[in-house]
Amino acid sequence: MSDTDSDIVKDFLVESYENLDRLDRDLVGLEKNPTDRDALAGVFRTIHTIKGTCGFLGFNKLEKVAHVGENLLTRLRDGQLTLNPELTTALLGMVDAVRQMLGSIDVSGGEGERDDTKLIATLTRLQQSSEAPELPSSIGDILMQRAGVTQAEILLAVEKQKEGDPRRMGEILVEQGVVRPADVVDALRIQQSSRTAAAASDSTIRVDVALLDRVMNLVGELVLARNQVLQFASRTKDTAFLAASQRLNLITTELREGVMKTRMQPIGNIWGQFPRTVRDVALGCGKEVAIEMEGKETELDKTIIEAIKDPLTHLVRNSVDHGIELPAERVKAGKDRIGRLILRAFHEGGQVNIEISDDGAGLNVELIRKKAVERALITTEQAARLTEREIFNLIFVPGFSTAEKVTNVSGRGVGMDVVKTNVEKIGGTVDVHSTLGRGTTVRVKIPLTLAIIPALVVTCGGDRYAIPQVSLLELVRLKAAEVAKGIELVHGAPVYRLRGRLLPLVYLTQELKLAADARPESDGAVYIVVLRADERQFGLVVDEINDTEEIVVKPLRKQLKTVKTFAGSSIMGDGKVALILDVLGLAQRAGVVTETRNRALTEKATESPTTVGEKQTFLLFAGPGDCRMAVPLSTLARLEEFPVAQVEMSGSQWVTQYRGQILPLIRLDVVLQEQEREKDRRNKLRLMEVPPLPDSGPIQVLVLNHDGRSFGLVVERILDIVEDCADVKSAATRASVLYSVVIGDRVTELLDIPAILRSADLKAAHPARAKKSTEAAN
Amino acid sequence: MARTSQFCTFYLDKLLFGVELKGVREVIRSLDMTKVPLAPAVVCGLINLRGQIVTAVDLRRRLELEPRPAGMLARNVVVRSEDGAVSLLVDEIGDVVEVEESSFEPPPETLRGSVRTMILGVHKLNDRLLHVLDIEKACQMTEVAETVAPGR
Repeated sequence: MSDTDSDIVKDFLVESYENLDRLDRDLVGLEKNPTDRDALAGVFRTIHTIKGTCGFLGFNKLEKVAHVGENLLTRLRDGQLTLNPELTTALLGMVDAVRQMLGSIDVSGGEGERDDTKLIATLTRLQQSSEAPELPSSIGDILMQRAGVTQAEILLAVEKQKEGDPRRMGEILVEQGVVRPADVVDALRIQQSSRTAAAASDSTIRVDVALLDRVMNLVGELVLARNQVLQFASRTKDTAFLAASQRLNLITTELREGVMKTRMQPIGNIWGQFPRTVRDVALGCGKEVAIEMEGKETELDKTIIEAIKDPLTHLVRNSVDHGIELPAERVKAGKDRIGRLILRAFHEGGQVNIEISDDGAGLNVELIRKKAVERALITTEQAARLTEREIFNLIFVPGFSTAEKVTNVSGRGVGMDVVKTNVEKIGGTVDVHSTLGRGTTVRVKIPLTLAIIPALVVTCGGDRYAIPQVSLLELVRLKAAEVAKGIELVHGAPVYRLRGRLLPLVYLTQELKLAADARPESDGAVYIVVLRADERQFGLVVDEINDTEEIVVKPLRKQLKTVKTFAGSSIMGDGKVALILDVLGLAQRAGVVTETRNRALTEKATESPTTVGEKQTFLLFAGPGDCRMAVPLSTLARLEEFPVAQVEMSGSQWVTQYRGQILPLIRLDVVLQEQEREKDRRNKLRLMEVPPLPDSGPIQVLVLNHDGRSFGLVVERILDIVEDCADVKSAATRASVLYSVVIGDRVTELLDIPAILRSADLKAAHPARAKKSTEAAN
Repeated sequence: MARTSQFCTFYLDKLLFGVELKGVREVIRSLDMTKVPLAPAVVCGLINLRGQIVTAVDLRRRLELEPRPAGMLARNVVVRSEDGAVSLLVDEIGDVVEVEESSFEPPPETLRGSVRTMILGVHKLNDRLLHVLDIEKACQMTEVAETVAPGR
């Protein structure tokens, strides 16, 4: 075969594989909704294309199978047959046969030695009569086929148009009363769908992934070069150079976003196979399951999509196999016979959340607890103390899930530990929630991309190390005077009391066996980076904390793959190489996390009494007039201090530039004051007279995240972080306050953040959303 | 005319070594190096070669020679290996020499140990011997990095 020929064959294969995946999806979708004409037309077109192309390329066997399939589909499309499970099975069988032959063409160039006579016979039997007309494209043709319009009537209408009637065919026919308006609308929709399909293929091109990877690498280099240029620029006073470097900065950022986008794929691409998987598994174990998907268009980097495909498939299979009950049991329990499996994907805080929910039997806490004790994974006392959620997460412990009997009674399958490991490998987390008798939800959180990540850069032993931001919880600085008191020893193991709990400390110098003396001009202060690895917290002691930076991740070469403490390397702004710490690997090395995760569970068990008391952590601060106020720490992203000079006005909104975004600032004193005023004169115009900002000195800002957007709340003074039950409450005395509570023995007002946002009327405060819409517009 | 091949030569502890010229990407002076804690001892660190991160291998250690005297700056011979570019740290760079294949001899039986796998043989030059290095073998880390302490 000549080169051109093999190229054509390759294109044919690529296109056909894609189409076949869609076929699986469409067919299973059709089974549920057999009258969906768009989907039927789509299925028909796909098979028709395959048949046509392989006829041209001389794959006769393939053509034959596709041909009988097409005939059957014709009858379905024309409404002469309705899709039922038998037909679906036969059609899926045909899809499998086609796929197998394509696979063999891919490998050996031939169609293989399949015997398809039986399949062909089945398909022929199901269809009985044959011969298909071409897909109609003119509205008249469609109406003739579907609405029983005669050719004569169409010709009459065409005649009228020729005579100068400006109306369209449909209108004329409706007026003459030969067809109902609804039929015309239907026909137009069919016509539209065949046209849009053609248009979509014109506006997209296929690109080799290797080329995209190369472009991505180059952009990574550009980002590094940009960082270097910016570093130079910060040292110069040449305004022209500064302006040019700013421009370079902007363009690089946009280019990077653009290229990242080309690698993004909707998660629907892998979900597409799930209806088929669910159907097969459900049929296999005699269950009835309907699958629903939300957020199919949620986009993820291609490498991540590939990495989560298997874990997700496993979770979906598990839900059907073990989660959802048999129809009879469901009816007995008062549920619909058909089980529901819901896949949901959405973006949240720079991560993608994927949820797999079923309305099945749910996990039985007591059974898991009992089995875990039997398997000696936890002790009886621990078992009694573990919270429900911690019990559920036991199903991810290796020793647990491989136990064959446990899975049958507890209702979960083998290999959950593998799912967890694979998800964690790409920096994600898995969590499970369940209600007995009501169902189970598994939530997977994964980063958007692996190529460029935000990281905290620290210095230790004279070298810099990057810590991925996902595992970062908080930073603690101990002044020299506090060190002796703050760091205590538990039989030689250093710990730090972080809000009343002991945080094990790991010294990076010791773990990495670095020379301990390489610390310049030390002021005796100790920096603790609080990290989370596998649900365990620990404090990493480093020499210095530099800054957060976006870094381009470069994998380590084979020579260094054995070093588990590093996840990769990156080039810093000054051109030097820095290693990226693998937090989990480091934790394992330091013994914070053990292979079997038992220790983590034990520790958690001892910790849980404090969480059982429903203690919450609050940030205390002084509001206007020195009143004590608080917000839950969970709503807080960061505490910042800005010089007044950095505050700018954008319209009537105070803003400041913060981490490459515009952060709207809300002044608490203004909000509270305006509300007081509004009480007095609700119907008058609101005056814009606002007390000016202090002339100098820094302002204290709480950076809060609410509903996917960030804003800064300007307060007088930050007081403390405390943990309290906060169960003595009384009603609020003013707006923007949820209620008054006693925190740390003093009455404190708990802020109502949504109310503050509403009253501050943040129109311009959608930096993230505004950006998205411009991208979409491009 | 006899068949010849070209070698990029360099010195290690006064011995003359050579790698085939077509396997050499470039030769550079010493660069800033980032140490890799816990890595095998022969890995000196990572260098930034125009945006590409390259592992630097101390050839003296790899070939079980005396450690480089303090204060002696190493040169980088960047070679292409199966696993991307690797920088070999050497004492000094020599000339590019062209040798006839007839001058080649395999290493003597008395050369033993892991070094033998890395040295393909020698070319008998007029005044001295040119050790021919196997790039792939030299870049392979036979030594296992320090194993991660098993969990308690």
